[in-house]
Amino acid sequence: MTGARRGPLRLAVHAVLALVAVSFFLPFLWLVVASIQPGAALSADITWEFSLKNFADVLTPETIFRPVLNSLIISGGTALITVLAAVLAAYPLSRYRSRFGRIFLYGILFSTGLPITAVMVPVYTMYSQFELTDSVPALILFMAASSLPFAIWMMKNFMDSVPVELEEAAWTDGAGWLQSLRRIILPLMVPGLTVVFVFTFVTQWGNFFVPFILLQSPDSQPAAVTIYTFFSTYGQVAYGQLAAFAILYTLPVVLLYTAMSRVFGGAFSLTGAVKG
Amino acid sequence: MTSATAPRAARIGAFVPALALLAVFFAGPLIWAAYSAFTDVALTGSAEVNFIGVDNFTTMWHDAQFWNSLWLTLVFVVGSAVIGQNTLGLLIALLLRGRNAGTRGVVSGLVIAAWTVPEVVAGFCWYSYLHRDGTLNGILGWAGLDQNWLYTTPMLAVILANVWRGTAFSMLVYQAALNDVPPELHEAAAVDGASAWQRLRSVTLPLIRRSIVSNLMLITLQTLAAFGLIYVMTKGGPGTKSSTTPIYMYQESFQFYKLGYGTAMALVLLVIGAIFSLIYVRLIKVDNL
Repeated sequence: MTGARRGPLRLAVHAVLALVAVSFFLPFLWLVVASIQPGAALSADITWEFSLKNFADVLTPETIFRPVLNSLIISGGTALITVLAAVLAAYPLSRYRSRFGRIFLYGILFSTGLPITAVMVPVYTMYSQFELTDSVPALILFMAASSLPFAIWMMKNFMDSVPVELEEAAWTDGAGWLQSLRRIILPLMVPGLTVVFVFTFVTQWGNFFVPFILLQSPDSQPAAVTIYTFFSTYGQVAYGQLAAFAILYTLPVVLLYTAMSRVFGGAFSLTGAVKG
Repeated sequence: MTSATAPRAARIGAFVPALALLAVFFAGPLIWAAYSAFTDVALTGSAEVNFIGVDNFTTMWHDAQFWNSLWLTLVFVVGSAVIGQNTLGLLIALLLRGRNAGTRGVVSGLVIAAWTVPEVVAGFCWYSYLHRDGTLNGILGWAGLDQNWLYTTPMLAVILANVWRGTAFSMLVYQAALNDVPPELHEAAAVDGASAWQRLRSVTLPLIRRSIVSNLMLITLQTLAAFGLIYVMTKGGPGTKSSTTPIYMYQESFQFYKLGYGTAMALVLLVIGAIFSLIYVRLIKVDNL
């Protein structure tokens, strides 16, 4: 701050920041360059050849559309179930202080820290025992359960900011808790609901390990898994197509993130910042 | 008044969906893990599962490759999270204070972009970046430093990739924390003749101490079980040179069909995670509950 006003220090600070910017940009270079060059290899040599052929080649039902549709179903379904269950659980946690509520909240917070990757081996054993592997609904239910702790935590914090007085008025008019939740609270916390939905959606869109373990048939796998299969199977030949596929798969997430931080400002970055 | 009856129904009923999901699909596998870690359950489909006591843990104790994986996990967590992301995130947040909107936008925009990219795509970016014919060698080739980084320094490669991917998180945490530091304190220290370094050490860092500790806990928990990034880049190789415990656990369980042994390793990871998580919960308690 004050120190940086002096010449040499200011210059040094800018030099470091420029270095940071370049270092963070360079790994992206190949992705962008390879996607628009026909016959791209692993090097990001710029040949000034420009073509959208790689994009055209991957925009087929086999390569892109079905996996992306699967991703939409899996991430969307997970986000929907998570939001519904989280809203319901957050209501008593936010409105009434109870011993059970406190223990539950501690449990929730504790669970957000547990490494999901480590749970996957026992989950797989359990699922194969009950013949639930390769089932998309069973996958969605596991993803929803693993997203719930953090979603409930966020949802409770959002709900805490809705004044309880508004609800008391509804109660005296004879409304039940479910009605006051639906008519009074939910309309007032649309931003919170959106943040939790998008956060869960984006997290599961990028989730590779869970569907990689639980789904075997290529027909039901989301883009996160098929793009890896594409890489390990055709990687030697079709790097340009891989880059185009990666860009198309990444784009929705980046757009959603940008839209959310535009609309909600720092709040969204911060909810993301509690757990990335 | 209906409000007296409404809360009771709400308290019980509203928890049911979340509790059911968590019990069946989250707590269930954990309990299952605690049981099957003591069995010889295998992926070969044989129906016979025997209770073998602590055999899996005895095997683990004598398994040099397991200890190697645990060591590599420690190197990965300390290198990429505790040192890399944490220090770089704090440094960027500090340096960006008081810069103009353009500089802030470009630098934090690029850092956050690396964070929003899905794990597998981040793996591709770094695979190509560090490959024999990749961008980095294109730059370093002029100095004769080019080499196959994924082969010669696999741990450094995955650590750098994870620093790239995760620094935004620490940066955002520290930007928020630094916003809460009153500027008057800095000015007062500057008037007293404290240098920039002294001000950082005796004014800023003590004030954001709590953020530093909880950030360290959170990024440790996120890094401990990292799988996709390492798997895409090196698959744990060459040999076992970047085979962290999650990778080794995956290979033992799904490539060598030793699910019981894999589960025992999962249990070890979970216990380590649980310890850090408990510390984190204790930290939060003071603030929020």
